Amino acid sequence: MGAYQWKWAVLVTQPYLGWLLQGLAATLLLALAAWIIALALGSLIGVARTLPWRPVRFVATAYVELFRNVPLLVQMFLWFFVLPEVVPEAAGRWLKRELPYPEYFSAIACLGMYTASRVGEQVRAGINSVPPGLAAVARASGLSLFQGYRYVQLPIAYRIIVPTLTSEFLGVVKNTSIALTIGIMEITASSRQIESYTFQGYEAFAAATGMYLAISIVLLFVTRKIESRTRIPGWIARGTT
Amino acid sequence: MGPLDPDVVWRNIPYLWEGLKLSFLLAAMAIAGGIFFGSFMALARMSRFAPVAWLAAGYVNFFRSVPLILVIFWIYFLVPLLLGRATGPFVSAVVAFTLFETAYYCEIIRAGLQSIPRGQVHAGISTGMSRFQAMRHIVAPQAFRNMAPILLTQSIILFQDTSLVYVVTLRDFMTNASTVANQELRLVELYLFAAVVYFTICFTGSRFVNRMGGRFGR
Repeated sequence: MGAYQWKWAVLVTQPYLGWLLQGLAATLLLALAAWIIALALGSLIGVARTLPWRPVRFVATAYVELFRNVPLLVQMFLWFFVLPEVVPEAAGRWLKRELPYPEYFSAIACLGMYTASRVGEQVRAGINSVPPGLAAVARASGLSLFQGYRYVQLPIAYRIIVPTLTSEFLGVVKNTSIALTIGIMEITASSRQIESYTFQGYEAFAAATGMYLAISIVLLFVTRKIESRTRIPGWIARGTT
Repeated sequence: MGPLDPDVVWRNIPYLWEGLKLSFLLAAMAIAGGIFFGSFMALARMSRFAPVAWLAAGYVNFFRSVPLILVIFWIYFLVPLLLGRATGPFVSAVVAFTLFETAYYCEIIRAGLQSIPRGQVHAGISTGMSRFQAMRHIVAPQAFRNMAPILLTQSIILFQDTSLVYVVTLRDFMTNASTVANQELRLVELYLFAAVVYFTICFTGSRFVNRMGGRFGR
């Protein structure tokens, strides 16, 4: 490979530096927005899977199985290419023409709903690892089912699953790279674009790799902080494998 | 859009089937390679020789921090530069998947090996086995039985991830579905069909994992 000319300076030259920073911003934006959906919806699903009502459990289980058994790339295409075609015509036109940045909405919805299925499983595992006696005691002391979840089971469950939730968040960050297939210039897409403009592939991909590593190192530190604050003394994360 | 046209799928079944075969082949090679190298990586991570353990941990943490698509790009664009000749998308996909999955299988296998009480190794050694024999005949059979469901689950995820070779236009099932979709301008039919096919395969697989039971769920 003697002919390869190293030019690390390309990474700090405009417009390439700008592309990288925009890519980083896009990745973080997608990941955070999707995470909000995933956390909210995933909590509902996780609770639903532990409720004593069969139809509710069935719906929640069906959701998890559906989203977990279709590749994320296929889901991305379904949200972006297929959904506007199968909804009523006016809604489809709105999705395609009038909604600004339709690819961002598709990607956020896709990543959020997919991650919700994974978060749902974690929340369920967390609730299931709360000793059943506690839920029984809550009911016996006069709390309603809802209050039992709100004041007893969920606060413990969330504290148990903090470590796995943070690794799910890192998962979303990595999965945002799939949004490049519908035209979003996130980190990976930006580095590929630099590669095709400058032929400095090593530098471009190294920059992308470095950004992902930096994100996961920052997350590691934040996680440690959160974990040490939320850890329940005497407990280890059970049932969350 | 007009009504769904299932005929467009049937007309292109042979081409889609070719793609699906390639998806299976890629997944099979990556699973074999990932479990093979992952086993060695797990032993390296558990090594009592610190630099080896440290290197293996670095490898695992590195590949678990970057997206698979980026690894595919790395291998696809950069290995030819390194070797000075084209390797073709299939070889580079197999290399990328094996490198990436080795990290994930390594962690599963390590957890499996560590789930066996250490005393059993000592017991084996005290009956005259070597350390390797104790691992081979006592720890490994139990550990692999414990981790079989998770290994299978990871393999299902891997199979789904093979769709990502779409980004280097290797002709797997997803790429072929997309090619047909764009040629025939029938995106809805083809992508729905792709979803149904992947779902059927992966759902069947995960039912099988559930039936195997064990204490490990996904």
